[in-house]
Amino acid sequence: MGRYLLKRVLNMIPLLILATLLSFSIMQLAPGGPEKVLLAAEDATLDPSRIEELRERWGLNDPIPVQYVRWLGNVLTGDFGRSYFYRKPVSEVIGSALPATLQLQSIALFLTYLIALPLGIISAVRQYSKLDYAVTGLAFAGQAAPSFWVAILLIWGVAMKSNGLIPTNGIATPGVNFETYGWLSVLADRAKYMILPLTVMVFGSLTSLTRYMRSSMLEVLKEDYIRTARAKGLAEKVVVYKHALRNALLPVISISGGLLSSMVGGAVITETIFSWPGIGRVGFDAVTQRDYNVSMAIMLMSGVLTLIGFLLVDIAYVWVDPRIKYD
Amino acid sequence: MAAPHLNTEAEEQLQGLAREESQFRQFVRRFARNKLAVVGLVILIIFYAVAIFAPFIASEPLDARVNLAERFQPPGSPGHPLGTDNLGRDLLSRMIWGSRISLSVGFVAMGVAVLLGTLVGSIAGYYGGTWIDIILMRIAEAIDVIPVFFLLVTVVSVLEPSVYNIMIVIGLTSWPGLAYIVRGQFLSLRQRDFTEASRAMGATDARLIFRHILPNAVAPIIVSATLRIGGAILSEAGLSFLGLGAPPPAVSWGQILSVSRTFLKQAPWLMFWPGLAIFITVLAFNFVGDGIRDALDPKLKR
Repeated sequence: MGRYLLKRVLNMIPLLILATLLSFSIMQLAPGGPEKVLLAAEDATLDPSRIEELRERWGLNDPIPVQYVRWLGNVLTGDFGRSYFYRKPVSEVIGSALPATLQLQSIALFLTYLIALPLGIISAVRQYSKLDYAVTGLAFAGQAAPSFWVAILLIWGVAMKSNGLIPTNGIATPGVNFETYGWLSVLADRAKYMILPLTVMVFGSLTSLTRYMRSSMLEVLKEDYIRTARAKGLAEKVVVYKHALRNALLPVISISGGLLSSMVGGAVITETIFSWPGIGRVGFDAVTQRDYNVSMAIMLMSGVLTLIGFLLVDIAYVWVDPRIKYD
Repeated sequence: MAAPHLNTEAEEQLQGLAREESQFRQFVRRFARNKLAVVGLVILIIFYAVAIFAPFIASEPLDARVNLAERFQPPGSPGHPLGTDNLGRDLLSRMIWGSRISLSVGFVAMGVAVLLGTLVGSIAGYYGGTWIDIILMRIAEAIDVIPVFFLLVTVVSVLEPSVYNIMIVIGLTSWPGLAYIVRGQFLSLRQRDFTEASRAMGATDARLIFRHILPNAVAPIIVSATLRIGGAILSEAGLSFLGLGAPPPAVSWGQILSVSRTFLKQAPWLMFWPGLAIFITVLAFNFVGDGIRDALDPKLKR
């Protein structure tokens, strides 16, 4: 196991270097460059001498490979540079947005599994029943419905008709804090703001997991050892939930990494619609403001997080399934 | 093979054609049995016909004049079956024009992705295990590691906003998945007897890859491409929704949706119909893709 882990981690290094190269070079494609934002940020007039001075100060006149190596070196020490737009260190900008995203994503992920796994299992066990058709239909719908459309429909059909009970913007009511209101009302307030974004995210990611769970379960239920278990006279419940489920869960673990990655990508849209102050929204703002350092940092960070996710999935897979050898 | 006898080349080709024909017929018969897939196909044919003949169907031209007196007419008003938008333009006409971008994005983006994914996947698979394979797969994985939509948003906002840029960028970010599939096919096909036989007869690598192995890997490529067209359409709509789509006067379903957000109270129909159109199109592509998969390989049936 130790050697497998080491090999797996070493394999990540070239991937990470490629990912940094990719995110760095995309930013260099930009026409116009970051001067415009710089000048606005420094309240400077469009004076050419100021532009030169700023380019010099931010090191934008150096050859691009030099800029890349310098940036990479800084990144390795945890320094992502300064945000042109917020006029703060990038790590501060990201640090203040990350908790909001993690909070939303982890709850969404948890709810997705909580709903998708039982749905998939039941619709496999009762294949071709009414419930199975309903679940399959729901899965098709969730796969094809654009998340932003679902979001607008919810804002229009639920939030706008709730007389302000269900908010559509932000993360908490300003002024609601632990000191004056107590933790219960703070919690209720937070939950209120999460209803819509969570519904959209869970609906979107539910589908692939449900379909996967269903087909994996169907596959396993056809196996010989299931027939053997039934022939032994075991109760159907034991057969399904003890013998079949364990094996059916294995392939489901393997797609968890991809699910995580697509949820992070989807955060751009969800957070922008609901003004959720997280990484997705900050990343989108950075991109439209040409705030290069922030964009590069977020791309890199999401890449690293995805890689770690895949690694954990791999480890879990090997750990759960003794048939897999790691050499 | 029956008893050996000398065939002329022409006869051989004819026999090959007949066999392909019957396989194709088999495929059509199996596909036609799948009701959802047929419904999806019919919907797609209608939608694409509307997009192609837009100038003859739309009641207003693409650059329809702003007519504030007629703004926010609800659906069903005279001359405007789906109502009018915030500038008094006919929504149905806007959607018919918008279908041109929304519907072509899927095909163009997938064309780019299939081309790149097949090329990279076949080379990597054919030379599986060598440094070529390792480098190509590392590049594919590096692109895959960054969440796709964030990569898309970044690249599109950096480039000049245009329909073509968007289509190409969606294609450029979605080839790795196809490359993995093609590579997997090649890894198993390159060890088959027919490959060995051709190699023994002196076929070059390029000939082996493109004439002998690739045709055997076409089925999974088609299935996976069809199922991904929906994703490409959703990506374009998402970009347009965020305001990163093609600039006006170009119009797409995602763009109408993006504008509709501001007028949710006055004109909810502005967000309803374009969203529904995207939903139905993606659904239809998924049905057709599933239908093709089941028809090509009945063993894979869910």
